[in-house]
Amino acid sequence: MDTSSNDKVMKVENLKMYFPITRGLLRRKVGEIKAVDDISFEINKNETLGLVGESGCGKTTTGRCILRLYEPTSGSIIFSGNDISKMPERKLKNFRRNMGTIFQDPYGSLNPRQSAGGIVGDPLLVHQMATKRDVKDKVAELFRIVGLDPDMMDRVPHEFSGGQRQRIGIARALACSPSLIICDEPISALDVSIQAQIINLLEELQEKLALTYLFIAHDLAVVQHISDRVGVMYLGRIMEIAESGELYENPLHPYTKALLSAIPIPDPVAEKTRTRIVLKGEVPSPVNPPPGCHFHPRCQLAIPECSQARPPLRDVGSGHYVACIRV
Amino acid sequence: MAEKPESSTPSVDAMGITAAPPRRSEWRRFSRVFFGRKLYLIGFIIVVIIFLAAIFAPLIAPYDPIKNDLPSRLQNPSTEHWLGTDQLGRDILSRIIYGTQISLIIGFSAVFSSAIIGALMGLAAAHFGGWVFAVIMRVADVLMALPAIILMMLIAGMMKGGGIWIVVFALSFGGIAPMCRMMCGMALSVKQNDYVLAGRAIGMSNWRIMLTQIFPNAFPPLIVGLTMGIGGVVLGEAGLSFLGIGVQAPTPSWGGMVMDGQRFLMTNPLISTLPGVAIMLLVFGFNMVGDGIRDAIDPRLRGVI
Amino acid sequence: MALLDVQDLQTYFHTEYGLVKAADKVSFHVNQGEIIGLVGESGCGKSVSILSIMRLIPSPPGETVGGKVIFEGKDLLKFEANGPQMRAIRGSKLTMIFQEPMTSLNPVLTISRQLTETLELHLDMDKHSARERAIELLRMVGVPDAARRVDDYPHQFSGGMRQRVMIAIALSCNPTIIFADEPTTAVDVTTQAQLLELMKDLVTRLDTSLVIVTHNLGVVARYAQRIYVMYAGRIIESGLSENIFNHPRHPYTVGLLNSVPKLGERHGTRKLIPIYGLPPNLINMPTTCAFLPRCTEKIGKCEKEPWPELRAVDKDHYISCYVDIKGK
Repeated sequence: MDTSSNDKVMKVENLKMYFPITRGLLRRKVGEIKAVDDISFEINKNETLGLVGESGCGKTTTGRCILRLYEPTSGSIIFSGNDISKMPERKLKNFRRNMGTIFQDPYGSLNPRQSAGGIVGDPLLVHQMATKRDVKDKVAELFRIVGLDPDMMDRVPHEFSGGQRQRIGIARALACSPSLIICDEPISALDVSIQAQIINLLEELQEKLALTYLFIAHDLAVVQHISDRVGVMYLGRIMEIAESGELYENPLHPYTKALLSAIPIPDPVAEKTRTRIVLKGEVPSPVNPPPGCHFHPRCQLAIPECSQARPPLRDVGSGHYVACIRV
Repeated sequence: MAEKPESSTPSVDAMGITAAPPRRSEWRRFSRVFFGRKLYLIGFIIVVIIFLAAIFAPLIAPYDPIKNDLPSRLQNPSTEHWLGTDQLGRDILSRIIYGTQISLIIGFSAVFSSAIIGALMGLAAAHFGGWVFAVIMRVADVLMALPAIILMMLIAGMMKGGGIWIVVFALSFGGIAPMCRMMCGMALSVKQNDYVLAGRAIGMSNWRIMLTQIFPNAFPPLIVGLTMGIGGVVLGEAGLSFLGIGVQAPTPSWGGMVMDGQRFLMTNPLISTLPGVAIMLLVFGFNMVGDGIRDAIDPRLRGVI
Repeated sequence: MALLDVQDLQTYFHTEYGLVKAADKVSFHVNQGEIIGLVGESGCGKSVSILSIMRLIPSPPGETVGGKVIFEGKDLLKFEANGPQMRAIRGSKLTMIFQEPMTSLNPVLTISRQLTETLELHLDMDKHSARERAIELLRMVGVPDAARRVDDYPHQFSGGMRQRVMIAIALSCNPTIIFADEPTTAVDVTTQAQLLELMKDLVTRLDTSLVIVTHNLGVVARYAQRIYVMYAGRIIESGLSENIFNHPRHPYTVGLLNSVPKLGERHGTRKLIPIYGLPPNLINMPTTCAFLPRCTEKIGKCEKEPWPELRAVDKDHYISCYVDIKGK
């Protein structure tokens, strides 16, 4: 699975993304939304790293920082040997070629006034990887790879179904043969019966083209199915990160346990024997997160020390990391 | 559509490729929406008639529109003068037919010049934000704050002579600010879409995003504004002419005709009401065509119709 | 006898592009104190069926053209959609919880106003006792500090809390049946777990029936006693929850269950088996089975004969298919 652990595609260290809250005419800063609060992780070559968490946990912001759609407040993002976290836009272009993105909303992420072929061909033209003459052939090839008929190249997105549109998005992400593809909730807007088609396509492409994915989603069952390793995020921090089977069989963090138990499974017999940990209260605001461990006010295992200091993400063996002092 | 996946691991090609909705030609789709609704069709016919009248005015107008014929002044409709004559004995029908030329020339040139300037300003404000946005929008605010008719009077008054291009200049000046605001608003809402983000993520330059991603999506809804603007400009020209600072006599302009006829409103009401009706029809026609175009080019309708 | 008996409900929409049979011969029943699940993908007619029962189908373009909805011995379809009989039932005996609480709560009225409105309207309560009851209801659905929060506006509540308020409103007049249309689709999993447990506790305690409409198979597996699976406007399989999930017999249900990843499955051990093709376009559909183009089990008969009616394949287990997966 992970043959060469030295072969890192990306290394994120102490990444922080705080969005200022401003008020008034003079844009006085009155606070900060700590969307991503000091996280570190690595993505190995040819693996899928899953990031799960509930809305507002910072998983999408993390993805956008990596894509440098946001400029991180601090921390470093090492990609192909360079720190891109503070790189100016004109230098970034070369790195952008090596990153693909698949967005959540297959309706909103494709320009409705552009033909499907134009959308897929754009990255090739932007990075001068194709000339106006041969771009058509390359786009046709990409269409075939993602299972679309190249004859439909000059149709606009609205002439496609949701699943087909997501395939267009995948073709666009693949266009420049990127070394990392960031999938931000790529299937959650699709019908249940179509989701499996897209998951399988992503898996097949990974096998065929040796791709590396950062797979961001809220559905733990899906993330676990597709990922080699999974990171669980809560309120801007990574709570636990482990190999995906290990995370399910041996979850350590109380939040991971609650999250796992909350996922409904379509099997009434198994459901009868499952105990569900129902968390108290709600996710606090990222403007004013609780001190110490962000999860402690809702945690069943919490002790006074939990509110004192932030628990470090510590290694508990075989690549399993957990940020909790009680386990 | 009904190919059965044979093996247990069918290729990706088996997945619903052929199930996409059947394709219709662009033109058929457009015409189906555009001509499918009666009001749009009526508007379109009116606009076509106005265009034909403007182009073939010398051929279809029965009389010279500016030649006085005092003996036959203020006549009621007759077989000789279908719509009667005005106070100088000129044939009203001929003047209305020739008036279409002036109205269309002024309407189109004023709208397009204000649209180009306004749209560029709005697009730049929305895309760059920050101080660019602040400066452009304040300029637009100032322009908006001046009542359009006074602004036009000022310009037309300063540049005496009353040539048609001065009227165009005055009228297009008033159209810049509304266009700029509309464009800015549309562009800002288009910017919220993920495809703009996707453009940045694949490394497109600012200009490219602005021209290929934002503009094509922000502009079409404004076509309605533009076509309606033509109606508005024609009204504005009529207003200027009515006030006597528009197109100068004896050139036949509808607004001027309304003004000329007002003195005879009690005795010969047709002199000023007929050009008024012509203005109304033109405005209605262009508004309907605008609505029709907007609906017909909406890509969201593709695949549905 | 069943509390609510829906028989051959047909709701059609007349669109510019053709006739859409959004719900076609939908039959199901709800017993006292029972939780049932109505499952299907978007556009399968599950919401339309519920709205038809509540007589909330916008007309035009929609029209309930046939069938019966027997509730307390009377056919609701005989009543005028906005007539006094229907208004007396809707919101008091039959209530609804919608997917998006922000749009179903009025943003300019306080929570107390929205709760007491139904109480005053249906139960004829005076202002004071209605307010007391409102606070009690909020406590019941687990809104902390209910006595103070009752005067807040909807935007001051989080998504999960707003959905609790919706549950409180639905419960306010001691309803007989609550229809919950995708009640947890807009919230996160841990909030979803909270809400589902809450709803289950409440309906069990109050002996109310609950109909959960959802596209998420997992949501109903734990709570519903009986399940109806819908596809393209029809119920294609129905039965006890254990049978539907553990021994499904309609090719669509089987396909749907095979296509979702299962929790705890190790990465790379199983490939998902998707359902190929696309959900059907409901405009001017053929008379044959709507699932036919995507079906992997089809036989010659399927192409020729019309879409079959539901038939019993086991005790309380019905499918509308010529093929019976288990029988094969």
